[in-house]
Amino acid sequence: MSVLVIAEHDNHTLGAQTANVISAAAQIDSDIHVLVAGQNCRAVAEQIMAYEGVTRVLVADNHAYCNQLPEVISLLVMEIAGDHAAILSAASASGKNLMPRIAALLDVAQISDIISVESADTFVRPIYAGNALATVQSSDSVKIITVRTSAFESVAQNDSQAEIVDLDSIISQDLSEFVGESLSTTERPELNSASVVISGGRGLGSAENFQILENIADKLGAAIGASRAAVDAGYVGNELQVGQTGKIVAPNLYIAVGISGAIQHLAGMKDSKVIVAINNDPEAPIFQVADYGLVADLFEALPELETLL
Amino acid sequence: MKILVPVKRVVDANVKVRVAADQSGIDLSNVKMAMNPFCEIAVEEAVRLKEKGVADEVIAVTVGSEKCQEQLRTAMALGADRSIWVEADDDIEPLAIAKLLKALVEKESPDLVILGKQSIDGDNNQVGQMLGALCNMPQGTFAFNLKIENGRAIVSREVDGGEQVVSLSLPAIVTTDLRLNEPRYAKLPDIMKAKKKPLESLIPADLGVSVTKSLKVLNVREPEGRKAGVIVNSAEELLDKLRNEAKVIQ
Repeated sequence: MSVLVIAEHDNHTLGAQTANVISAAAQIDSDIHVLVAGQNCRAVAEQIMAYEGVTRVLVADNHAYCNQLPEVISLLVMEIAGDHAAILSAASASGKNLMPRIAALLDVAQISDIISVESADTFVRPIYAGNALATVQSSDSVKIITVRTSAFESVAQNDSQAEIVDLDSIISQDLSEFVGESLSTTERPELNSASVVISGGRGLGSAENFQILENIADKLGAAIGASRAAVDAGYVGNELQVGQTGKIVAPNLYIAVGISGAIQHLAGMKDSKVIVAINNDPEAPIFQVADYGLVADLFEALPELETLL
Repeated sequence: MKILVPVKRVVDANVKVRVAADQSGIDLSNVKMAMNPFCEIAVEEAVRLKEKGVADEVIAVTVGSEKCQEQLRTAMALGADRSIWVEADDDIEPLAIAKLLKALVEKESPDLVILGKQSIDGDNNQVGQMLGALCNMPQGTFAFNLKIENGRAIVSREVDGGEQVVSLSLPAIVTTDLRLNEPRYAKLPDIMKAKKKPLESLIPADLGVSVTKSLKVLNVREPEGRKAGVIVNSAEELLDKLRNEAKVIQ
């Protein structure tokens, strides 16, 4: 029986995390269908066709799906849910928003934020901010899953061409309305999928000082992140927050600057391959998880790094 | 306007949890418990709506073992008018909680249900959305701003790339994110007063809900810890290590 992946997209471009979700789905079943629901979103479907394992791309292209509101997308998914052994999405803001509605409508449990597929019905997921890992087995006929994408490689592309199937049903609702959004535009890689992330904490002292990180990020091709303390202090927007309640990242290189290393922050980055900490407090807990620590005043160390890069 | 605020009793956010030796779960013996931080934000938001005259009644609800009543008393000390305790095992699954809350929604007919976006124990982030689907109500999850205007809830939400605003017909579900507000502390006179506020006790059968489970926890283990690495002496040495030892930059 096939599995269904809900694609993450903005009607033009496929979100990078979807390739990681497909890779998790492939460990459950080799016959993978991907749903693209949106408006004028054909281009997204074409980006998915070549991913390994994807046999069918279901396209629901209608004004009703333009903003992908969960009240309507959950009902759309209900129409096709019966054909699938599992339905997966990224554990992103949109996946977290949508998937529990689908689970409730299907009267099944949701397994949130999985980091490993042990078998078609058994999964590993972090609990208590990643301080423990639970292995859970589901007895439901259809598994509703959100995937911590940093824990799965992205699936490769090949010459195969999945078929595109149009879904004609139009579901409308008047419970919720999209009013607007403001998304930060950046030339940098997505925080969730960047191979290098440089994050700043309260130690940076001001919004202006984040500029020092930007210069280094430019040279490394890195995404910029922040601790909750830096967000709470108003230095940067919440979309940059790395941690239990922000984004969970696992880049090849994570550089924590002026971050003490609260449990909540570590939950968001401790699976990074290499961790660097720069902090003037040698007792900061961040050094206990760092592969390389530099005890220094960041206002001296960062300009020096920038020059050397 | 009536607001229902479901809250959860969890391990205090400052406690470092330990995995039980037999890997059956988390060792909760002699551990400090508290109201889930996101639920505190939900109570605060509801109480502020009442203080502004937008709402006239705030009802706190919890589902769990007898000790969860402490968190209902806390919610009432913070300003909830009354509360409802539904007795259940503490490891009840999110869908079953949502079904119990649905029955309470039918009983109480609130205009708004405000919940924490996730509890810091299970980290599931499910109940609010599930309740929305079961009640066919719209949802504004991960809210950092909430306004009631012209009989609708205008919710500003944290999303991955920034912020989104949705307008919801009432009754609606709102789940709270950190920036929504800063919860107050309960004052001693309010804690005393809360002891006299009404607390109704129910069991799932009273609500016509049968509690079932579909997930089995096979084991709970500690993640592999990271070891502290080396301390370098200069930015130059750091770059040398990253280039030649870790090989993560060019």
